Amino acid sequence: MIGQFNWAGVLEFLPELGTGLYYTLLISIIGLLIGFILGAIFGLGRISRNKFYYGISSFYIEVIRGTPVLVQAIWIFFALPLITGYNMESVTAGIVVIGINSGAYIAEVVRGSVQSIDKGQVEAGRSLGLTHHQTMRYIVWPQAFKRMIPPLGNQFIISIKDTSLLSVILVPELMFQGRLIASNYFNAVEIYTTVAVFYLAITLTLSYVLRYIERRLDVQ
Amino acid sequence: MITVKDLHKKFGDNEVLKGINCEIKPSEVVCVIGPSGSGKSTFLRCLNVLETITSGEVIVDGFNLNDKKTNINKVRTEVGMVFQQFNLFPHKTVIQNVMLAPEKVRKISSQEARERGMKLLEKVGLLEKADQYPSQLSGGQQQRVAIARALAMEPKLMLFDEPTSALDPELVGEVLEVMKQLALEGMTMVVVTHEMGFAREVADRVLFMDQGVIMEADTPENIFSNPQNERTKAFLNKVL
Repeated sequence: MIGQFNWAGVLEFLPELGTGLYYTLLISIIGLLIGFILGAIFGLGRISRNKFYYGISSFYIEVIRGTPVLVQAIWIFFALPLITGYNMESVTAGIVVIGINSGAYIAEVVRGSVQSIDKGQVEAGRSLGLTHHQTMRYIVWPQAFKRMIPPLGNQFIISIKDTSLLSVILVPELMFQGRLIASNYFNAVEIYTTVAVFYLAITLTLSYVLRYIERRLDVQ
Repeated sequence: MITVKDLHKKFGDNEVLKGINCEIKPSEVVCVIGPSGSGKSTFLRCLNVLETITSGEVIVDGFNLNDKKTNINKVRTEVGMVFQQFNLFPHKTVIQNVMLAPEKVRKISSQEARERGMKLLEKVGLLEKADQYPSQLSGGQQQRVAIARALAMEPKLMLFDEPTSALDPELVGEVLEVMKQLALEGMTMVVVTHEMGFAREVADRVLFMDQGVIMEADTPENIFSNPQNERTKAFLNKVL
């Protein structure tokens, strides 16, 4: 069976798949960067005593967590321009979707990690005369950040795979390229297998890097 | 140094402190004893506002702690605290633990903070542990670092919240020794403790607390040899 497929023929499409890989990585990296910033902002909102800040953060997290990425992507790309009258380029829309989506999950990771730090740490900091802000910055954050890494890695991997859904809003990422090639050249098995291997290569590399960082931070 | 008048503390409907009155003079060493749940720790934590004060007057070093205009952070720079669970910062080395507050709060230079920290570590006998992390230290060593960390702010008053209760028995002595030294140097200290031997030997005054009030306050000789209050007698019968 395997023999009837033209695996060597895949090489011919490497430039297209390379372009796809480029957009997948671009959107993942910038999107997750935005997601991390949003996650930090709204994660802290979820532990804030300020009712407004807390309310806004909860609303954002619940809305994004409660709707599928695919719906979010289509809504932002097709519905939002009808409301704002401003057309977003598909790649930009893709970055926005990944950023907003991962931000909601990362916010919960941030909240959980900060809350997992023993209350005695805060008390020790405050009893030394450090302000709330200084206690967070020098004592709580560095410890919380370390605890964030495993769940954060999990979210990074999920978001990278989610970028494949962006093919429906015409982002020229890996999955989009694969589908384009497969429907023109009828080599679905070879191309989709290659696409899968590409995703696996990205996520395995990320897993490895995260494990390395975790080990480095674990010197204590 | 400390004046407490009719201090009440409620957690919801549960009144833990029911009118505490006391006066603590500079250089005085006061040990607070009593059964668990009597409010000892809550009382101590009110003295640096780790617990908010429900009502009453608490004056520490001239600051009224139950006044919203009082800068609590400023008061806390003058009041060191040592916790039952040590609460060292696990992501920082021993010397970094000690240097953090002087650098960030007192704004002294890193070099000065390090010199001060090293002197204090020498004082608590842990100079050679300066660059280790807290998790590499025994409980007794960690608690001595915690004392050095509090002293690095050069406080006028030290609060100890059951400093030896989480320690293995053989490690209690080294911590009490450091505290005794501190008392001899004239530090004002309020110590919540179950170490009756320490209270008897080092305290100028012992407060016996039960059910949210100070039942009896007297010199250690009088409290331990000739307690007046029935509850004090019953408690001491159990622990001595």
